[in-house]
Amino acid sequence: MSLAPPLYGLMAEFDTPEAVLAAARRAYARGYRRMDAYTPFPVEGLSEAIGFQHTCLPLLVLIAGLVGAIVGFASQYYATVIDYPLNVGGRPLNSWPSYIPITFEVVILFAALTAVVGMIALNGLPMPYHPVFNVPAFSGASRDRFFLCIEATDPLFDREATQRFLEGLGPREVSEVEQ
Amino acid sequence: MAADGHEHAARVQAHSAIIGPGHTYGSVTDKLGEIVLTTTTPRGWFVGFALGFLLLQLFFMTVPYLIFKGVGIWGINIPVGWGFDIINFVWWIGIGHAGTLISAILLLLRQEWRTSINRFAEAMTLFAVSCAGLFPLLHTGRPWFAYWLLPIPNTLPLWPQPRSPLVWDVFAVTTYFTVSLLFWYVGLIPDLATFRDRAKHRLLQITYGVLALGWRGSAIHWHRYETAYLLLAGLATPLVVSVHSVVSFDFAVGIVPGWHSTIFPPYFVAGAIYSGFAMVLTLTIPIRKIYGLEDFITMRHLRNMANVMLATGLIVAYGYLMEAFMGWFSGNPYEGYAQWNRMTGPYAPIYWTLILCNILVPQALWSDRVKRNVPALFVVAFIVNVGMWLERFVIIPVSLHRDFVPSAWGMYYPTFWDWTMFLGTIGLFLSLMFLFIRGLPMISIFEIRALLPRGEKAQLPPGRQAPTPAAGA
Repeated sequence: MSLAPPLYGLMAEFDTPEAVLAAARRAYARGYRRMDAYTPFPVEGLSEAIGFQHTCLPLLVLIAGLVGAIVGFASQYYATVIDYPLNVGGRPLNSWPSYIPITFEVVILFAALTAVVGMIALNGLPMPYHPVFNVPAFSGASRDRFFLCIEATDPLFDREATQRFLEGLGPREVSEVEQ
Repeated sequence: MAADGHEHAARVQAHSAIIGPGHTYGSVTDKLGEIVLTTTTPRGWFVGFALGFLLLQLFFMTVPYLIFKGVGIWGINIPVGWGFDIINFVWWIGIGHAGTLISAILLLLRQEWRTSINRFAEAMTLFAVSCAGLFPLLHTGRPWFAYWLLPIPNTLPLWPQPRSPLVWDVFAVTTYFTVSLLFWYVGLIPDLATFRDRAKHRLLQITYGVLALGWRGSAIHWHRYETAYLLLAGLATPLVVSVHSVVSFDFAVGIVPGWHSTIFPPYFVAGAIYSGFAMVLTLTIPIRKIYGLEDFITMRHLRNMANVMLATGLIVAYGYLMEAFMGWFSGNPYEGYAQWNRMTGPYAPIYWTLILCNILVPQALWSDRVKRNVPALFVVAFIVNVGMWLERFVIIPVSLHRDFVPSAWGMYYPTFWDWTMFLGTIGLFLSLMFLFIRGLPMISIFEIRALLPRGEKAQLPPGRQAPTPAAGA
């Protein structure tokens, strides 16, 4: 046993999004929790089927937008009222309506950067190496194949029983994923 | 099912489909991937790129000379301080707007047909905004001081003036460029992963692999990805409206007759979308032909784009009408004169050509026959591109050349260097566009896969023809 490479998990390959979705639901119902599905396009309901409920990304974007509003407005206020006040015919220094366009643009900039950087970071990307790429057929995950991988760290994972379970889901193939 | 039922379905399909019949996840991936991951390049690509690259040489010739001699090589003078530079800036940035409209607003409105053209239009946005940004940058005269436009703490106790629309413009355009770039790149990630997995050459595998960030299509990743994409669309939608509104503030906040008008922001935004869709059509029609993409950019796409052009063109026509009406109705002699001068002054031929190009010719799009005729659509779109450029000519130099007192009147004529600079940016735009087509997926492959009809039958193994799916399935 010690000579064999450590196992990351077992991966079943499917032909259609419906099949992988049904398989994910059954695996979840069976009690498996540490698993992931890999698809060539987003499949509605698949992340929920493997037990992933929500992401905090929208909250982060909201916070970034609010921070952008404060930074955008405050920097203009600082420049024109505090650091370099310029009296033009006695008009008020804090001419806030003029500051709105830039404040708005900074809100969008901060929020959009957070949406993208946040998505990439929460997804743990960039990740140059991942065990799933060791499965030769996995290149189909970016073309026309759908995969469900139950990871070896799952408490219910058992080399034989899990293999039998996955084979019972009607996949094209079940492969071992080397660590 | 009865035979004529099938026939009818096929006919409906031909006119309204977003994707041609008989495609599977694999076949769209192969077809769209092959455009880039092949060693043979169609001759049309070389023709297009050569044209762009030739014009690009004008750009490389003009810019160093401009920096060396200064903006005096252009035709700008007093009173016409804004000439081709600002016309071209507004024209290019307007063209960019269609890309954001297609990728963001049509996404939020669940217009699935956008999928075949959004990537391409986003790239167009990016390159058009790059061309646009060059003009004000070089118009500053000393572009090496352009960083003064940004609020960078510096040894001079100096800040940009945030009460000025020109400074708003800096923020609007840089934000717009950044957000467009993010939107485009996020959309590309899954397709870059496809290329990584399909490329044969080691160098390409590494290049696309690095750009794909190790994307593996995990369901959890897709979940966050879709959330981020939707949020970006929601953010880009008000952004795109704000950008051309801010561009119009450059004029509307000034007191120049012909500029000082509250209708400017909405009519600039409509005009931007109008010119942008015209440019998307001008580019997609030849490229669809060169690459044989009739299955992905179908007649339905062309017709929908023509309809958007027709609708925004009518908004623009309303804008012209209101400008003329307000010139008379306001009772302001300067405003009235500015309008009258446009129609009968020394630049009147340009005004009337603009009306012809932007209002009269596009009315042909009411006809279904014109909308089904691809060469005719190309001609109309091209004419609208010209018309929108003339519109900016009429707004900018024509408003400036007659100042409040006749002693300050002048004329504006573009010089050789104005033309080389303009044509040079067209060259830059075309070169970047053709390089993009050659090296990156110009149609979003993963979104096309998601649009394919679902079900076991639709994804039969090769050799067995999939049944014709119902339109919009």
